[in-house]
Amino acid sequence: MDHENIQFSKQELSRYNRHIIIPEFGLSAQRKLKAAKVLVIGSGGLGSPSLLYMAAAGVGTIGIVDYDVVEDSNLHRQILFGIEVVGLPKVEAAMHRLQNLNPHIIIKIYNTKLTSQNAMSIMKEYDVVADGTDNFSTRYLVNDACVLLGKPNVYASIFQFDGQVTVFNYCNALGERGPNYRDLFSSPPPPGLVPSCAEGGVLGVLPGIIGSMQALEVIKVITGVGEPLSGRLFAFDALTFESKTFNIKRNPDNPLNGKNPTINELGDYDQFCNIQTDEKAIKEITAKELYEWQTRGDDFQLIDVRNLSEYEIVNIGGLLIPLSSISTRAMEISRNKKVVIHCKSGGRSARAIRELEEKFGFQNLYNLKGGILAYADEVEPELARY
Amino acid sequence: MATIIIPTPLRRFTNNVARMNVGAGNVSDAVLELTSSFPELKKHLIDTNGKIAPFINIFVDNSDIRSLDREQTQVKENAVIFIIPAIAGGITSPKK
Repeated sequence: MDHENIQFSKQELSRYNRHIIIPEFGLSAQRKLKAAKVLVIGSGGLGSPSLLYMAAAGVGTIGIVDYDVVEDSNLHRQILFGIEVVGLPKVEAAMHRLQNLNPHIIIKIYNTKLTSQNAMSIMKEYDVVADGTDNFSTRYLVNDACVLLGKPNVYASIFQFDGQVTVFNYCNALGERGPNYRDLFSSPPPPGLVPSCAEGGVLGVLPGIIGSMQALEVIKVITGVGEPLSGRLFAFDALTFESKTFNIKRNPDNPLNGKNPTINELGDYDQFCNIQTDEKAIKEITAKELYEWQTRGDDFQLIDVRNLSEYEIVNIGGLLIPLSSISTRAMEISRNKKVVIHCKSGGRSARAIRELEEKFGFQNLYNLKGGILAYADEVEPELARY
Repeated sequence: MATIIIPTPLRRFTNNVARMNVGAGNVSDAVLELTSSFPELKKHLIDTNGKIAPFINIFVDNSDIRSLDREQTQVKENAVIFIIPAIAGGITSPKK
């Protein structure tokens, strides 16, 4: 970050005036912001506020990695976007919004999934990485790439009402390196143990709070103003409004940069996170096939394994047995006729079927491919989507 | 009595109980007391070797038990034990 020769136009000086007049910040810190290159991974709930604040603050170059498109159900929390960009790639919509907010900065977009193959080449161009991704595989990938490249990783994570923020792999003025994600969580929870936000939900304002804190830490790391949240984990409970900052330390057994490192390149993170790519196949039925069964009057049972709150939003008349109680209510599921099990998009119903087949030996279960969303798309367009 | 705080992602296994008083002793005793009251919580906190799972952090006051005496870390009267799970936001596995 060579900031000594950074110049500002009259417009920029006027825009950043409220920063520059802070004695502890000044023109020097503003120059560092303009010289900095920050890569934001994920432009969703966390990325939305952090990108807006970083762009507004005058971070000179911002890269955005995301391969998703904007959906209407994103808008309750992803404040970068409005209804006019539903259906567009998030990176394109984000670039347009951020350039509109601050034309004095450079936005680079990567409309791709971050993988072990492209992570190093994308990330090496940046000074700081801000991780706002939504899954454990990418968390470990981003962490490992940051450690291997020597980049600070400003981490923020949310679930339902809980938020976490810290700065990983930060090198202080004495050259001391702080802890990273593997020091905090040496391995991820097994798939299915922790429900996703798509299943468990998230309070829309929470990523706004936590993503703003992430932007704050990015700005502190770049400018050197204050004490970055390195070696400390901030945890926030929105329900009680209690927050706590915990001390975290490096683990000598960390396979990346502990005493005996064994990882010197990026690996297979889906495998590390036990994401099964060769799970036993289960029987599936498409929404159109289900509709044929219904109109033909076939004798079958329909089970909905979503939660009551989702059922109340929209349902197609299935017997509600939430996934968490599928085993205890297995006796309610027919063994004498075909049984179609569905959820929102097909993931939970697949888990329910595997559980029922393994524990109780069911052989008559069919997973509704794509869940109730596919049914709404292909059969009954008037159904509510969420 | 010490207090153990259950984070919101795990409260669905505790009937939404957010905090529980536990006897002083060590962390292992406190977690055992908690999981005895809420057995569904056990697989979310303890691994197959009976240790705190690697995707869970336990802090006594603001210190990580791994930098103290791990599961044997003493829990004093009035101490607060925090459970901090790994959370990743959106989805449990990346979209293909």
